Amino acid sequence: MVRHARFDFHRLLASALPLLRMKNRVLPVVPALTLLAMLGPVMAGLYGTILPAFGHLPAAGLVGPNLHAFRALAAWPGLPRSVTLSLTTGLAMTAIALTLVMLLVAGWSGTKAFRALERLLSPLLSVPHAAAAFGLAFLIAPSGWVARLLSPGATGWTNPPDWLIVQDPWGLTMTLGLVVKEMPFLLLMTLAALGQTDAVRARSISAALGYGRTTGWLKTVFPRVYAQIRLPVYVVLAYGMSVVDVALILGPNTPPPLSVQIVKWMGEPDFTARLLAASAALLQLALVVSALGLWCIGELVFSRLGLVWINSGHRGARDAPIRAFALTGGILSALSVLLGLIVLAVWSFAGYWGFPDALPDTFNVKTWLRQGDGVLSALAETALIASVVTLIALILTVGCLEAEYRHRRTLSQRGLWLLYLPLLMPQTAFLPGLQSLLLNVGADVGRMPVMLAHLVFVLPYVFLSLADPFRAWDTRNAAVAAALGAGPDGVLWRVRLPMLLRPVLTALAVGLSVSVGQYLPTLLIGGGRVATLTTEAVALSSGGDRRAIAVYGLMQTGAALVPFGLALLIPALVWRNRKGLSHG
Amino acid sequence: MVKGLTLEDIAIFKGGQPLVALDRHIAPGTVLSVMGPSGIGKSTLLSVVTGTLPPAFTFTGRVLLDGADITHLSPHRRMVGILFQDDLLFPHLSVGANLAFGLRPGGSRADRNAQIAQALEEVELGGFADRDPATLSGGQKARVALMRMLLANPCALMLDEAFSRLDTTLRAQVRALVFARARDRALPVLMVTHDAEDAAAAGGEIVNLGV
Repeated sequence: MVRHARFDFHRLLASALPLLRMKNRVLPVVPALTLLAMLGPVMAGLYGTILPAFGHLPAAGLVGPNLHAFRALAAWPGLPRSVTLSLTTGLAMTAIALTLVMLLVAGWSGTKAFRALERLLSPLLSVPHAAAAFGLAFLIAPSGWVARLLSPGATGWTNPPDWLIVQDPWGLTMTLGLVVKEMPFLLLMTLAALGQTDAVRARSISAALGYGRTTGWLKTVFPRVYAQIRLPVYVVLAYGMSVVDVALILGPNTPPPLSVQIVKWMGEPDFTARLLAASAALLQLALVVSALGLWCIGELVFSRLGLVWINSGHRGARDAPIRAFALTGGILSALSVLLGLIVLAVWSFAGYWGFPDALPDTFNVKTWLRQGDGVLSALAETALIASVVTLIALILTVGCLEAEYRHRRTLSQRGLWLLYLPLLMPQTAFLPGLQSLLLNVGADVGRMPVMLAHLVFVLPYVFLSLADPFRAWDTRNAAVAAALGAGPDGVLWRVRLPMLLRPVLTALAVGLSVSVGQYLPTLLIGGGRVATLTTEAVALSSGGDRRAIAVYGLMQTGAALVPFGLALLIPALVWRNRKGLSHG
Repeated sequence: MVKGLTLEDIAIFKGGQPLVALDRHIAPGTVLSVMGPSGIGKSTLLSVVTGTLPPAFTFTGRVLLDGADITHLSPHRRMVGILFQDDLLFPHLSVGANLAFGLRPGGSRADRNAQIAQALEEVELGGFADRDPATLSGGQKARVALMRMLLANPCALMLDEAFSRLDTTLRAQVRALVFARARDRALPVLMVTHDAEDAAAAGGEIVNLGV
């Protein structure tokens, strides 16, 4: 048959063109490459932390092993307070954020108020941590917007009171700042999990049995949802315990949380401080592991108590005040981020603004003009790093997912843990080691290593963002395309990716915003020479120039927010005549 | 050379358990209808022929198309067409671009456009090339999906509950159209359905699974 002769022609073509065979050889190694890009720096960084922690730093002529650094660390008078701060802020923040999100979803999912909050989710999520922290500080500081609006009428203040609200010694403001920024993340993860938990029918059944909204949800849906969001909750806990930028802006100073102290030691010129930092980094890792262990024990206790509560048969007579409390918490949390951005905008254009005036006397663009050059070059650096890193992450992610599809291998539960590992590992535990290692092997610090370090954090988020829509795509489309003569590459490029344009762009936006927000990798691996919007903004925080901080904070937010806007706009434009794709 | 589609001792297993077995030859221009309740593996049978068997299944036996063994050929090299119960028109492409996707490469642009226009005329959809597939009615979508498949010049046609989403009157129309076009082109057709009317209208041999 003539038609069948073409099959042999295809085969001939495939064997004649080495390029085609190359492609088939590259795809299967993409998953391994991705794991290497994600875990390689983490492992190398841990190795580079362990050696100097035990006194081994050949570059400085120090040879171990010994325990000098640990002894010095134990002798540091600030240690107990530092360690306590890390533990309390991390655990308290996670518990509060999780409780509020669970109560909010329990009491309000499916209502109008909830949908309104849901719409704020993406913008809230993409506001960088540093910008949200600055905004909060400008709101609730003694000379902040809240005090100005209430004074002198309600408070009688004509001067800001001498209260230490921001950077309070117990880390309460820092905890609050983390809560408002982690709530959107937990909410997003919960919404994703809800789809697989049959929540709507569970609610109607529990309602038919006489259970209140919140109680019914907590007793029937919560156990299933929590099983799905455990890893993200652990990520929040690990992150809260080791965060540096938010702690620098909102956290206490004397002494600071352990993670901040590690970065301070890393910045000191003498080598014994570096050894001290390495030993503290290992302590930080041990702290996070213990806190996760503690959390797991808490889970067990909680599930026991929960079973007792379920057996008691209480229908939830006190649901109403709990619902009101949850909604208030959700609104306040969203407001503090949004109002924070607004107060940043006001400050960036403010002329003279005396206390307790609610608004500045005059508005001008002086600050923007004065900071213009610095902001633009930081923006260029930020955009370059973020674009390159995110593009690489997207290529690796699509490669992994496509390899999984073609070779019919799905990610196991163990694989999922590997994906979350870079997010669970405290940044302060392996980034100092990675920096030492880079210096040891004589590699220059700078933009390229910074990109590699960013990739570690960008990859998991891009993967998590794209994996579900990619896998949920109806593979009968592929069967039809193949029946129409399209090869596997044709199916991917001509059918699958165009149909998935919206989730692909969303994954890109997620990746960009993660990269824009990175502080510690940029600072440590860049050796202080790579100036992004985030490093510049945080560097300004100690100076107290509110107008300059506001400009950088806003630019940082814009850099993270604009891609999300484009991810909504571009598919709407490209597919404006394609109704079948208008719902995503 | 034996023309037509041959399923030679096909047996499908799921986790080692036998699911479906069939040994038939479908002559060009005839329809073999496979009936049975849902969940029995009727669609799995088709995926063996199209080469898209899900990983949870295994099978033994051979698939021959016009005498050539296509059992282990890549799906896109088999020249086996398939229509599902959903039209599965690619939502990002216009009606014309969907048809162009099916049309084998080659020929000038004008030539290709003419073929597409002619294909649309053939199913009374002349001038629909620039339309968004999402704006078409169910019957119109089904006709476009059929012509897209036929433009790819398949040597056999699979029908996977292809008419079950259409309402009764439309259903008879589309069914008659599909069978007529398949007969014109002398295609062997393998149809799975749970509707006895479909099978009766096909006029060919009927295999009942699971009874």
